[in-house]
Amino acid sequence: MKRNIILFFVIFISFILQTTVFQTFSLGGISPNLLIIVTASYGFMYDKKYGMAVGFICGFLMDIFYGSGVLGFYALIYLYIGAANGAFHQIFYQDDIKLPLALITASDFVYSFVCYVLLFLLRGRFSIGYYFRSVIIPEIVYTIFVTVFLYPCILFFNRNVEDIERGDNSIGKKV
Amino acid sequence: MSPVVKRKRKKFSIPSKYLLLILTCVCVSLMAITFFTEYSPSTVNRLAGYIIVPFQEGVSRVGAWISVRVDELGELRVVLQENQELKQQIADLTVENTQLQQDKYELNNLRELYQLDTQYSGYDKVGARVIARDSGNWFHAFTIDKGTDDGLAIDMNVIAGGGLVGRIVDIGPNWAKVNAVINDDSNVSGMVLASSDILMVTGSLELMQDGVIGFEQLIDSKEQVELGDKVVTSNISDKYLPSILIGYISEINQDANNITKSGTITPAVDFEHIEEVLVILKTKQQIVE
Repeated sequence: MKRNIILFFVIFISFILQTTVFQTFSLGGISPNLLIIVTASYGFMYDKKYGMAVGFICGFLMDIFYGSGVLGFYALIYLYIGAANGAFHQIFYQDDIKLPLALITASDFVYSFVCYVLLFLLRGRFSIGYYFRSVIIPEIVYTIFVTVFLYPCILFFNRNVEDIERGDNSIGKKV
Repeated sequence: MSPVVKRKRKKFSIPSKYLLLILTCVCVSLMAITFFTEYSPSTVNRLAGYIIVPFQEGVSRVGAWISVRVDELGELRVVLQENQELKQQIADLTVENTQLQQDKYELNNLRELYQLDTQYSGYDKVGARVIARDSGNWFHAFTIDKGTDDGLAIDMNVIAGGGLVGRIVDIGPNWAKVNAVINDDSNVSGMVLASSDILMVTGSLELMQDGVIGFEQLIDSKEQVELGDKVVTSNISDKYLPSILIGYISEINQDANNITKSGTITPAVDFEHIEEVLVILKTKQQIVE
């Protein structure tokens, strides 16, 4: 229960920060994607179901505020990203930062690429090289940079919750 | 008597693949509903407005406060020096102002004379503050802190600094989402003020980085349109009020078909630094009726 309350606040705060503070800190018009970090982290820290739920909520928030006319578009993308990250729960160890970084990079890349294909390519914007150079790659780099600071926070929060809930020091599984 | 084995009841849970399927169906049906019908999610919008928007307002106000303080410290020295210069300028400007007031009086007379009536400057406008921006990097929509409670409605035009910013595309009780004209999915029918040629102003992410908007479908058979010409919203647009300044032509190219021209427009509004906007409280539909 406590875990869910914290989860709610993590999503909530990430969304608000992403739409306000990080937009003013944007470098060259590019801001990091906090919601992907949250979705992916919860996916591989807990399990598929958790990842899906978090992804769905994050995506739905984006749909309500910044969806391109249809409700459920971003929710669907985030849902699958969350689920895919959940599949890596088996090989996740919380002391290892390489896997989270790799997974978040991959998630952000997939997200950006799907966005490009569905929202731009289908409308006849073909200069894929340009979009890679000026949107996708900068966003990934910035997101990874933020991950290095944000991910330990998420981990720390959840480790504490786990301590309270179960009295041991592992997240989601016994090492 | 066999011992009654009391089995611990398993907690009910759905296997993850079914959950994935269910949520996918939910998303797809939501998309279908919102795309094919006119249904607008007003209850969801309202809920989101009450939960998220107050925080966004607060955080962006705090952010603005901090950035102002930081700027203040850095600029204190400059300001003192500037103060001297500005006092000098005030003196100069007072003289100029009196002159301009005379000119304005003359201008008003001339306007009446030519019946260049300021047809659209008389609309009621309401000021609003930008409180949040699109969370992704693909589009540049933003949220303002007024909504249906303040009399706003979808399709109302938004201006800032004398130029067209965009129009409201989504709304809640205390927030509204504005789609900027530089957005990749925005198309505005425009008109070159000097020659009354109609053109299509098309936002593009590629051009946005250079601070310009693209235009196309300009039929300029008399070769009248020149660099620097003013482009305003046309009177055939069904969403935008006519004669709102969009920007100035900065590049013209002949299209491959040799009939139409395309190019770029430098917008009149600084989209990077929008903080306050004005919303015109009339939509084009209301005016036509």
